Amino acid sequence: MTEALSALLLAAAAVFFSAGTIGLLRLPDTLCRIHALTKADNLGLGFAAAALALQAESWAAAAQIALIWLLALAASATSGYLIARRCLDPSPAGQPQATVAAGEARRGPGG
Amino acid sequence: MPSLYTLFALLLAVNLAAGLVRVLRGPRLADRLLAAQLFGTTGVALLLTLAAAQLQPSLRDVALVFALLGLLAAVAFTRLRPPAAGRRDGDGASAQGAP
Repeated sequence: MTEALSALLLAAAAVFFSAGTIGLLRLPDTLCRIHALTKADNLGLGFAAAALALQAESWAAAAQIALIWLLALAASATSGYLIARRCLDPSPAGQPQATVAAGEARRGPGG
Repeated sequence: MPSLYTLFALLLAVNLAAGLVRVLRGPRLADRLLAAQLFGTTGVALLLTLAAAQLQPSLRDVALVFALLGLLAAVAFTRLRPPAAGRRDGDGASAQGAP
């Protein structure tokens, strides 16, 4: 019973991971690609983790898998937001423009 | 079950290989970083699957480190100084490209 459920969840994970990769390759711009990628992160890894946690040898192993998924969730949400903000406004976060300009002047025109 | 794990791991590896195309094509640095993010997540799933398939629980710890390092890479990238204007490959160039 759990084996069949695991197989089903693995199949769902495979679909989401493939969709994420295809989206990364086919979608037209960076923000769209972030959208495709975070689906793969959240749902693909989520289904895979659920399938593997069902087959885990102990409760501790299942809990570890769940925690890894939660960490990946937080990581993908954070990095998706940071990259999207960086795409819309290329100045470094929290750094006033003047600092960037000063750094450029110090560095000289050659970069 | 083990053969199913192997099949799933193979599919993830194919996904990783396909993601390399985006690293090559870019065109912006952020796109390349996104491909690296895909590697991070897919790598985590791959390691979790291999941990189950090969009965090596220690691979789960590796997966944990992968998830953490993927986040650090993205944060480090967003704190970088943007590349000088006019560089074709640059992040800022295409965002501010319109005259």
